[in-house]
Amino acid sequence: MNAILHAIPALYALLPEVILGVLALLALALDLSVLRACALRVRMACAAWLGVAACVAAIAWLLLHVPAQSSVAGGMLAANSLTALVQVAMLVLSACVLLLWMDARTAHHAGESVLLILFATVGMLLLVAAQDLLLIFLSLELLSLPLYILTALDARRDVDGASSSAHAAEASLKYFLFGGVSSAMLLFGFSLLYGLANSTRLASVAIAVQAAPLQPLLLAATALIVVGLGFKIAAAPFHFWAPDVYEAAPASSAALIASGSKVAAFFLFFQIFTLGLTSARGWTLMLAVIAALSIALGSLAATVQTNVRRLLAYSAVAHAGYMLLAFLAGTRANLPALLFYVVTYALAALGFFGVVAVLENAGVGDTLEAWAGLSQRSPLLAGSAAIFLFSLAGVPPLAGFFGKFYLFAAVLQRAPIASIPFWLVVLAIAMSAVALYYSLRVLKPAFVADPAVGAGAIPIPFVSRVVVLLLAAAVIVLGCAPQLFLHWILCAIQTAGLR
Amino acid sequence: MLAWTIYSAWIGAAVALMLPRRCSQWARAVALLAASCVLGIVLVALAQHPSGAMQTVALRPWIPMLGIQYSLAADGISLTLLLLTGLAAVAGVFFSWNVERRAPEFFALYLLLIGAVCGVFLSRDLFLLFVFYEIAIVPKYFLIAIWGSTRREYGAMKLVLYSFAGSAMVLLGLLAAYVASGAHSMTLDDLARYPYPAHMQMWAFPLVFVGFAVLAGLWPLHTWAPTGHVAAPTAASMLLAGVVMKLGAYGCLRVAMTLFPLGLAEWRGVFALLGVVGIVYGAVAALVQRDFKFVIGYSSISHMGFVLLGLMTLNMIGLSGAVLQMFSHGILAGLLFAVAGRMVYDRTHTRELSALQTLRLDKAIPFAAVTFAIAGAASMGLPGFSGFVAELMVLVGAWRAYPMLAIGAGVGIAVGVAYIWRAMQQAFFAGGTGTEQDHCIPAQAQPHAQPHAQEPLPAITLPERFGAWLLIAASIVVGVYPQFLLRLIDEALRGPLFAGLSMGGLR
Repeated sequence: MNAILHAIPALYALLPEVILGVLALLALALDLSVLRACALRVRMACAAWLGVAACVAAIAWLLLHVPAQSSVAGGMLAANSLTALVQVAMLVLSACVLLLWMDARTAHHAGESVLLILFATVGMLLLVAAQDLLLIFLSLELLSLPLYILTALDARRDVDGASSSAHAAEASLKYFLFGGVSSAMLLFGFSLLYGLANSTRLASVAIAVQAAPLQPLLLAATALIVVGLGFKIAAAPFHFWAPDVYEAAPASSAALIASGSKVAAFFLFFQIFTLGLTSARGWTLMLAVIAALSIALGSLAATVQTNVRRLLAYSAVAHAGYMLLAFLAGTRANLPALLFYVVTYALAALGFFGVVAVLENAGVGDTLEAWAGLSQRSPLLAGSAAIFLFSLAGVPPLAGFFGKFYLFAAVLQRAPIASIPFWLVVLAIAMSAVALYYSLRVLKPAFVADPAVGAGAIPIPFVSRVVVLLLAAAVIVLGCAPQLFLHWILCAIQTAGLR
Repeated sequence: MLAWTIYSAWIGAAVALMLPRRCSQWARAVALLAASCVLGIVLVALAQHPSGAMQTVALRPWIPMLGIQYSLAADGISLTLLLLTGLAAVAGVFFSWNVERRAPEFFALYLLLIGAVCGVFLSRDLFLLFVFYEIAIVPKYFLIAIWGSTRREYGAMKLVLYSFAGSAMVLLGLLAAYVASGAHSMTLDDLARYPYPAHMQMWAFPLVFVGFAVLAGLWPLHTWAPTGHVAAPTAASMLLAGVVMKLGAYGCLRVAMTLFPLGLAEWRGVFALLGVVGIVYGAVAALVQRDFKFVIGYSSISHMGFVLLGLMTLNMIGLSGAVLQMFSHGILAGLLFAVAGRMVYDRTHTRELSALQTLRLDKAIPFAAVTFAIAGAASMGLPGFSGFVAELMVLVGAWRAYPMLAIGAGVGIAVGVAYIWRAMQQAFFAGGTGTEQDHCIPAQAQPHAQPHAQEPLPAITLPERFGAWLLIAASIVVGVYPQFLLRLIDEALRGPLFAGLSMGGLR
């Protein structure tokens, strides 16, 4: 009884997570009991709207109840304006994914899929707040396991014999095996850190590291953690799962993998490397190599893809490299640039997968040939896809351009000319021309070619239309008026005391 | 008020995009209205501010965290180039009156490009300038790839990649300037005031200059221009050669040269030489082309070489001549492309000079022949036209700075007479000795081009006449009374922004 009373403040601070968890279970229960006899469409809509309601409630709670600075459960979790900001961003992304999922024709499991999306969201929220190595690992697994299953949730049958569900299952297994190995490495790295610091708290680790920044044990731990997290953010050379998963997973699942989980993983990266391992040596060089590889390999490999999803996967690899630049010089001061970049990237990637999801439901393939004449079959989808791709390529006045500009300016401000970060910025700027090339390769069939004979207009479900339009509007507004969001980020960082 | 050149073009683009697909007539009307608005606003502004000194058009904070302002301003150089943009825009709409396929999209992209170009000419904040500069790149791709002709997808992609690679270099240079100054401002005046260390200027100047000059057709990075111009639909090649290449030259003058005067002093000889190589190379290459549009494409390289040479002379007469040459070439290249692309190619469906020889075009479409003769004469530098004054000023400036290079440029002018003469003779006045059967129509000409020899070519339409008269009049007015623009340009060049150029030797 005493223990329960003791846990109440912690539960109160974790109310968003609790809301999501309870409503997820409620959605599952309703779906399996009351709605069992209903049509799939109705079940899907009920479960998804319940999930969206949970996200909205959690967002409202986070916005109305921002604690200036507090730690929960004896310092295991942090709750401040910065974590609240990142959590709100991820909840918005998850809500969009749920809305897209509503119209998906891929899965036959309404309650289960919503449950998985919400659990993954809980994992992301905890990951942002966690200040303890063990809790970080647990929340990362809570995030990853639902994503593995969501990748496989494809019940379609293809016309030409091979079922796409088998394809999805293969990708899911690949994702699971890669993810499992990376988790193991991460855990091993964490255990070495624990051996060093005698504590799992990030703050204690930081103190221990400061005392002995050059230990070989620490170097091993850092390397293991970099590799483990490198898998999660799909940075080269740990990116091999990404193209397969992006290609074979249902588009709405891929949207979650490309958007929300990216934001969570990068925030985790920031926390571990700036709060825990600030004074450790050697990791900047590792990250520099990984960033250079990711930028070059991701951009160049994307130019030869014939499938838009694989193309986006390689572009995601390149973007992971861009974001790693933020860690190379003055990491803490680069946080606003990193946050702006990762959130605008997630919006654009999510929007692009929203377009792909609508096309998937309409039976349009995702090869470049299948996109021929898209602008005449559906000007809205083609126009939105152009906006998202141009934002990813960094064409002004879209959000991606300001993200890049701000990130590069922030890195250059702290990197002397002809240092490693400087050359990486040069590489990154050069590769943005390549990014425009592969974006135009997608848009060429969409806008220039005429549609195949007999290909009519593409039906767009109402909810998906609204989501895609809202995301496109967000990308434009964040590009034309970045100061609005930037102001919010800077205030949150200031209040959280990270500056 | 000048800011409304941008807004009216973009409002026009949005309206055109909203129109249903079949409403070609309405799309044309909207485009003409928007383009006329641009021209009208510039003319009113010219009347109101005849001095040419820097005037602020709009100024409000945009992204205060980075010191970026929404800052628009115009001086005499901006006004000159805005006038060029307005003229080219109106004429371009006249010459694309026959676009029927996906017309609303065509005119929407066209107006988007025009608005972005006006934005570049007006921006004083370098972030804003870069934003407009990049917005101008994307519509070019779709204009060429969708409505173009010969090898359009190749030409479009090449053009866009060259432009974007150039702008990536510019971005790097601007970031370096912004960071090194530590000024917490992206305004050109603030950055130009900062004395960058000489070793930084040594690499930053060529970086930014070449980044912009790619778009101005700097030899040897000019190869996008002929293929792009040839592939583009008429209105797009008019804008490309007429206005977009000026974006590059304008960026060189306004940004690269004012930011890094010490770098300029070191590098000016190299770029002056490259400018002269461009003049001679473009002229010689134009002399041997078989495709009518390629002749004009290479002639653009040659004429833009004069602009770059004029910029590198760093004396008053050379710089003013360079800006005047930007205006003059914009008008004349537009006119030449209009004749080759709209009047001739859209009727005969071939641009091969050998095929055109047989068609007796001087009899079939005399208006086109006369227009080409006038434009050609102006382009050769016949007194009375704008080209004469501009090239003369550049030559005088070059003679003072680099006498040897001035001789090279003179050779370029002589070859220029030859290629215009050859193109005019072969395309229009060959006399048609052979019959249609002797000369096979080249492979890329469409099959339905064959029967044109029997039936008479369609007559020159009224919009084409309007467009041609507008451009010819502009060239003659400036040729006869160049002081009209030179007064503005000189006043601008005496402004505080260009004071830094004296470190590079402006006398």
